[in-house]
Amino acid sequence: MNNHKSINVTVNDEKYSGEAEDRTLLVDFLRDHLRLTGTHVGCEHGVCGACTIILNGTAARSCLMFAVQANDATIQTIEGLAKGGTMHPLQKLFSKHHALQCGFCTPGMLMTAIDLVHSRTNLSEEDIREGMSAALCRCTGYEGIINAVSEYAEQISSEGSING
Amino acid sequence: MADGGSRQSGGYIGQSVPRREDNNLLLGNATFVADIQLPRMAHVAFARSSLPHAKIKSVDTDSANGLNGVLFVATGKEVSAELPPINGMQVVTPEGWRSRVDTDILIPDQPLIPDDKVRYVGEAYGLVVADSRYIAEDALELLEADFEPLQPLPDAETALIDGAALVHDHLGRNVAAFLHTKKGGGADAMDDAPHRLRRRFVHHRYAAMPMECRGVVADYDARTDTLTIWSSTQIVHWVRREVSTALGMPEERVRCIAPDVGGGFGGKGHVYPEDILIAWLSKKLGRPIKWIEDRHEHILNAAHSRDNVYDVEIGFDSDGRILTVTSSFLVDSGAYTPVGAGIAGNSIAHMLGPYDIPNYETDCKIVLTNRTPNAPYRGAGRPEVGFAMERAVDLVANELELDPAEVRFRNMIQPENMPYDVGLTYRDGVPMVYDSGDYPKALQRAIDELGGLDTIRQRQKDALTEGHFLGLGLGCYVEGTGVGPFEGATVKIDPTGKIIVATGACPQGQGHETIFAQVAADLWQVPIEDVFVTVADTGHVSQGYGTIASRSTVTASGAIKIATDEVHEKVFAIAANMLEAGEPDLEVRESGIGVKGVPDMHVTYLDIARAAKPGWDNQRPAGVSPGLESTSYYEPPTVTWAYAANAAIVLIDPETGQIEIERYVEVHDAGVLVNPALADGQVKGGLVQGIGGGLLEELAYDDQGQLITGSLMDYLLPSASDVPPITVIHHETPSPLNAFGVKGLGEGGAIAPPVVIANAVCDALRPFKAELNSTPVRWGDVAAFFENSV
Repeated sequence: MNNHKSINVTVNDEKYSGEAEDRTLLVDFLRDHLRLTGTHVGCEHGVCGACTIILNGTAARSCLMFAVQANDATIQTIEGLAKGGTMHPLQKLFSKHHALQCGFCTPGMLMTAIDLVHSRTNLSEEDIREGMSAALCRCTGYEGIINAVSEYAEQISSEGSING
Repeated sequence: MADGGSRQSGGYIGQSVPRREDNNLLLGNATFVADIQLPRMAHVAFARSSLPHAKIKSVDTDSANGLNGVLFVATGKEVSAELPPINGMQVVTPEGWRSRVDTDILIPDQPLIPDDKVRYVGEAYGLVVADSRYIAEDALELLEADFEPLQPLPDAETALIDGAALVHDHLGRNVAAFLHTKKGGGADAMDDAPHRLRRRFVHHRYAAMPMECRGVVADYDARTDTLTIWSSTQIVHWVRREVSTALGMPEERVRCIAPDVGGGFGGKGHVYPEDILIAWLSKKLGRPIKWIEDRHEHILNAAHSRDNVYDVEIGFDSDGRILTVTSSFLVDSGAYTPVGAGIAGNSIAHMLGPYDIPNYETDCKIVLTNRTPNAPYRGAGRPEVGFAMERAVDLVANELELDPAEVRFRNMIQPENMPYDVGLTYRDGVPMVYDSGDYPKALQRAIDELGGLDTIRQRQKDALTEGHFLGLGLGCYVEGTGVGPFEGATVKIDPTGKIIVATGACPQGQGHETIFAQVAADLWQVPIEDVFVTVADTGHVSQGYGTIASRSTVTASGAIKIATDEVHEKVFAIAANMLEAGEPDLEVRESGIGVKGVPDMHVTYLDIARAAKPGWDNQRPAGVSPGLESTSYYEPPTVTWAYAANAAIVLIDPETGQIEIERYVEVHDAGVLVNPALADGQVKGGLVQGIGGGLLEELAYDDQGQLITGSLMDYLLPSASDVPPITVIHHETPSPLNAFGVKGLGEGGAIAPPVVIANAVCDALRPFKAELNSTPVRWGDVAAFFENSV
């Protein structure tokens, strides 16, 4: 159990090197070793989605992976969403639509939404509801979350049509 | 209404001011307990029983102690030698209640770790402190515990059988409390009722299940002999009190902070053994100590709720007028009863709801079993009793072949009868008087929002002719909110002229920092940016109560107002001195005090703060003490009465029994809304929890007392795709009981959905005369009506 491996990861465009036991969960590595505590642990069995990060471009449960599995990976966490002191548009929309109360699920919710909106096109409200079911919120009843993600999806699709 | 003026002149109360909490939460900069890292911090893991009821014969700790990285191991023996149990009655009801409700209460204390026997699956029998959580959990595997299984008491009815084993031997019985009360002629009046109906109603066990589990960090500082505790709790001042008592330290030397808290809903609304144990370990070991509950632990060990069985009889006349209600109910309390008779007391007080019913009698047993302790969860006794009562009202309607809406209208208290004396006593010891509202209008509006009764009934008929099953479900309730005993607030003007507010309220997502800033900004007439609010920290307000029971908007706002009024007295006296004017000629305006009718004669709060300072060159008039600060307490005269009418339409799939909620409407009245967007979010969030409780969520035990839903794969929380279209309409009938006209609303949403769904499903299945009198409402049970009818 004291078998330490060195781990190199790029998190939010910064390179990190660290050591962790084989059994160290990726979420514990992010939170305890890299001190990136924005990613939360809600259930440790892959249901609640609070620990969702973007790993090599895809949403992943960081509580269901070992840190060693993320060696050489590129990771995006909640801390990397805002750029240069400006909130990501989805963060602003969450505030606008009162899509958070206690905020514990919010980091995982945001990462889930970003993966959903950027990996698919022509999302209907039903698609968004289904996609966002990958993360649980106990406070809001989801209305604000769905509204925020829907508006973001519209923004992205209209940007896409302008650019296209 | 003393403060109506400031609102009318464009104040903050009533505006959907954006939340000041959002920034940190959205950026990942929040600090939840698990995020706290301190130098030399050690980590705790608990050994938890997998048996529901067993004698602890021995726990061998040698191997665990020998593991590299382990700092300390304790079992019940070590803990009970040093620490007293938690007092079984964390909430003591006042004499005024105890003298008016018949009670026989024997609430057991809760050992921090038992040394005689374990009483539920999940109860701790040992703990390990280690350099890391991983090592602490390794060491748990090395604890060798020898248990002798005892007869499990898996539910309340088993625990009441003569000769059943005892959960707490020294009590001599498995009933923690008997309660009884009556109104009018009580059960004797039943003989006068032309029609009578008896049924059993069961509200199953489910729980708050916040997304953040519990957690505690404690740091004892030997130099100053002070303990700082960060707990994911709703009641920092209770934690301070219990730690102070257990460790023999003055409360002043114990500081409890609830940092960002990831949801509570009642589940974090009392002191748990871990709050005290982690503090004790930090003092004992001289290191910061951290314990973070994992989800499995949370499901086993954090309080469960509901779990009531009601036997109800209802007497009525041929017009559907309800004359008498009697009920006899059991609360499965689990192994301990941390909040005493609170849930049952609420149930007793809320059974009659919005109806004018002359006779009522109820008795209750709070029963100790080998289940996880039962404590209030959003609604706290109201969803349970509401399920029984609102199902019974529908059954009365069925019996008389009247519309359930019509029976409700015929029995409702009319607005002209407000305030309405219920004829019972609330748990604050004060006779219950509904303060304000229009119950029939709320129900009418909810039905109208769904298209109106005639239209709905026509839709239902048309659907049936096509082989579709559509039902209308109704559910009404009233809710005592803003209960005492008190809340505290400190208000001061900072030397910089800014307004500083601290209260004993402890938010878990409600947005207290925002709404109390709105309240204070209106009272002081300053821009909201000039108000700084601190919540959930005993270091900032001397006495506080906490955020439970839909109370903080009412009680903390009240405390902020009193403290503000007290500081205002000095502010006026000093401003009068500075402006050389008489106090009656002064007014609060634009971040300061001015002379009425003379725009130029004005001093700012910054000027006044400088003038009020102690020492040389102050400008205080004779007799006015230095400083601009007050700590004050609001002691509400009694509760304010929020209420709601709910209506939903469901569609049933005859093949699968699937229940689709086509639309759900709640017309809710919580008086004046300080921040309508946040109020709306509270009610909607509550509704979705209620829908979860009505359809999905269940903490199930087998007949041996084993919890068989120990993960979120078994315990189903509603996800975004489970939520139907919901409309919430707010009525705002101001409460006459406080300066702001506010009522509480945190719990309301969660009260009605289980019964609304059951009523709607039964309404849809009217051709089968279906009755669903227990929760959760299962598709399988619905499908069975179709199968049996073939």
